[in-house]
Amino acid sequence: MAVVGRAALILALLTTLFGIGASIYGARRGRREWVDAGRRSVYALLAILSVAFAILEVAFINNDFAYNTVANNSSITTPLFYRAAAMWGSQEGSLLLWVWLLSLWSSLAVFLTRNRMREVVPYAVSVLLGFGAFFSSLLVFFVSPFALTSPAPVNGAGLDPLLRNPSMMIHPPMLYSGYTFFTIPFAFAVGALITRRVDAEWIQVTRRFALGSWLFLGLGILLGARWAYYEIGWGGYWGWDAVENAALMPWLISTAFLHSVMIQEKRGMLKIWNASLVLGASTLAIVGTFLVRSGVLNSIHAFGASTLGVPFVILITAMVTGSIYLVVSRREVLRSEHQLDSLFSREAAFMLNNVLLVGLTFVIFWGTFFPLISGALTGTESEVGAPWFDRYTVPLALMLVLLSGIGPVIPWRRATLANARRNFTLPLLAALAMLVASFTLVPISSSPATVALFCCAVFVFAAVGQEFWRGWRVRRATSSDTPPVALLSMVRRNRRRYGGYIVHVGVAVLFIGVAASATFQRSHYVQLKPGQSDVVAGYTMKVVRPTAAIVTDPTSTGALLTLGAIVRVSRSGHYVTTLHPTAEFFPDPSGAEGPVGSLIGGDSVSELSLDSSLRRDISAAIDAPSVQQAIQGEINRANSLVNTDRVGPRKRLTLSYVLLAAIAHGYLTNTPAAQFKLTSSPLVMWLWIGALIVFAGGLTAIWPTGGATARVRARYFARVAQELGRA
Amino acid sequence: MNPGRKRQMRLVVSLTLAVLLAAGLIYTSFSAADEALTPTQLLVRAKPGDDYELTGTVVKGSVRHLANGVLDFRLADRAGGARSVPVSYTGAVPDPFRVGRELIVTVAKRGSGFVAVSGSMVTKCPSKYSPAKSA
Amino acid sequence: MVVLVIALIALLLAFLVWFVSAPLRKPARLEPAAAGDRRALEAARASKYAEIRDTELDYRTGKLSEEDFRALDRQLRAEAVEILRSLDELR
Repeated sequence: MAVVGRAALILALLTTLFGIGASIYGARRGRREWVDAGRRSVYALLAILSVAFAILEVAFINNDFAYNTVANNSSITTPLFYRAAAMWGSQEGSLLLWVWLLSLWSSLAVFLTRNRMREVVPYAVSVLLGFGAFFSSLLVFFVSPFALTSPAPVNGAGLDPLLRNPSMMIHPPMLYSGYTFFTIPFAFAVGALITRRVDAEWIQVTRRFALGSWLFLGLGILLGARWAYYEIGWGGYWGWDAVENAALMPWLISTAFLHSVMIQEKRGMLKIWNASLVLGASTLAIVGTFLVRSGVLNSIHAFGASTLGVPFVILITAMVTGSIYLVVSRREVLRSEHQLDSLFSREAAFMLNNVLLVGLTFVIFWGTFFPLISGALTGTESEVGAPWFDRYTVPLALMLVLLSGIGPVIPWRRATLANARRNFTLPLLAALAMLVASFTLVPISSSPATVALFCCAVFVFAAVGQEFWRGWRVRRATSSDTPPVALLSMVRRNRRRYGGYIVHVGVAVLFIGVAASATFQRSHYVQLKPGQSDVVAGYTMKVVRPTAAIVTDPTSTGALLTLGAIVRVSRSGHYVTTLHPTAEFFPDPSGAEGPVGSLIGGDSVSELSLDSSLRRDISAAIDAPSVQQAIQGEINRANSLVNTDRVGPRKRLTLSYVLLAAIAHGYLTNTPAAQFKLTSSPLVMWLWIGALIVFAGGLTAIWPTGGATARVRARYFARVAQELGRA
Repeated sequence: MNPGRKRQMRLVVSLTLAVLLAAGLIYTSFSAADEALTPTQLLVRAKPGDDYELTGTVVKGSVRHLANGVLDFRLADRAGGARSVPVSYTGAVPDPFRVGRELIVTVAKRGSGFVAVSGSMVTKCPSKYSPAKSA
Repeated sequence: MVVLVIALIALLLAFLVWFVSAPLRKPARLEPAAAGDRRALEAARASKYAEIRDTELDYRTGKLSEEDFRALDRQLRAEAVEILRSLDELR
């Protein structure tokens, strides 16, 4: 079946090449049937890649170790859930997932535009299939997921225990969906520029797809942040890691686009800028895809050095030069229809928003690629650390949050003193109240940046609340809806506007969480034995007793030994919560660690124990390497016991398990001091809640308008027709 | 001043501002950055008071968990070699930390040894994807 | 076993060719040349209506002064009338 899989990939490549040729031929000769054949190639690509995907996934689930990729990334003791996800734990498997998702979302895009933008679609399809051809070529010529070894190994290396987290099932597919979705606005921008049809229809279509990419990528980033938060040594929910930054940059640029495209809609301005943003965001998405698998930059995500660097650099160079050429050669189509009237206007606020977002992206880009830049310029690579990033991103983020409160409220064209008074009084008073509160009620005055952020956030809440209130009043006045219905129908009839406002509220909530937890988090690293305790931020954390579990695998990750502790948390004598941090020990299939070592001598993983509330997160974790070091002596003794001549091979395994139980028992009765990480972090939950609000807002904005619009349209049609009669 | 001139001036002012800020950013990045060195390079080049990004492999037998929570170990070049660097580390230890694994840690020279910036250890994903590891 | 593999690959290839070439085998459909223009105009009309409504909401929530609103509203409605006229001409 591996041969069938490989053939499927070759057929996929041929399909993309045919589709590109058919689309361009059909577009240039005006032959609809060839254009349709090109569109069908996209659907066909999805079908054939699904076959390849299914074959590989089945091989993983069935533990078919003849496949090299299965042998390298899975094992007999890897649980089913993680065997299924292990498929994308490797270079070749994740590429297959990437190109499959590309074909899925391309099919969706082709389906949704089947009756629109007839001139542009053939070129857009060619671009999408071009990406498909590139990634299929990588799988056919460079890294094949269907390479076999004969005779097949008996067992595999197992999925890296660090990846045995439920997030492994959803974070990569969601992130790749975000990256692949970005190719769609890119394709339509290229098509629109080639055919010189950058019009209202292009804006409508591109805006929807850009919002979709923004949502998917944002969700992927959020899931990554949450996963990193749970793992020790991954830098918390955000560490300015190269791969994290690579995903954030296209997201920031697409945020800028979603704002400035409104200016293009309303005033026909910023056309060159918007085209550049779309092309730039998508190029950054490909750069992000490249970074995670090239090994070019140090990162906790890095797959390691690979041979794919050169093809990706060629692709990115082609995208950049092609984009620049198209924008420059089509610039007369992209000329602005109007100019900016005043610096105190909504148009100016949107432009400032764009400048800040692009500036933020530049800072992150510079810091991320600094090792390569400094290496090229000075001969030695140097890295800038998280403090450097914080120094520049914090002020920019503050200004953006403040702007997100000004934007919804500031008038178009020009703001006068009168309407400024009307619109900004309430938000400013609210921010002032927060300022006073931060010196009296809320204990944050030790950090000016946090105070500033809280005030800006409250400004946003007040401004958006004011907008909702005013819109609601208008809706009640102009319709017969009851008050609660009026609120819903107001949002429903203006999804983009109110969805956007909800996103702003979500961002403010998210940053409240970030500011508080980043500034006021307290972590202690202490060595504790059962009975000892430590105090963190007023919380007394006492190690009550050790825990041990063998074979039962309480977290379903395939760990044969789980050693941990019960930690009792109290504050001022009152019980708060109980935490159960553990260290899990995984098998080492290579046999290099001895018979008992092969059961538990592989990697070890620390499982964080977390108690979350709105006010704070309290967590305890055990340093797994230190526990491993502590029991290594016992493992060595057990190994030598099993390896005596008089024990036959079948008895060895049984004896190993018995000794495993003895090691666990020994840990319970004679517990060594273990290294604990005890943390108290305020308002972390606000981060996740804020992110959920952002997604709710984004979904509201992207939700297609239904039948209500038809009715409304009919009413307006009648009114305008009246004018027609009068004119 | 006519609107055209005003817009031109606005453009010039904002571009100048952008260039100045970018220049400031670029300048500070060079002074704030830590040089990335291997153990052999570090032993030759390290000056006290500067931070360095050390990348190396954990030497067998060199790992000691001290009573006060400090982790002592030695790092050698990935390619091997006799020279290794002693590091004293405090803070979170990533799970993949093991003898023979490659890691990155920010260190400063202190006496004859090196002290790590707390929590600055980053392990590279265990070499599943490079051809070196035999499963 | 080898026969099965070859048969499967042949099946996949046949499906692909059949599916992708279906439009080429049917008699060519004649598409009115103006269809693309019509769709573009309909899109422009929809976004113009949305703009008119949006502008009114902006005015009522204090983001447009009265004189700005009146001028903008008049202009947008005139543009909408133009689009409707072009659409009528196409019919």
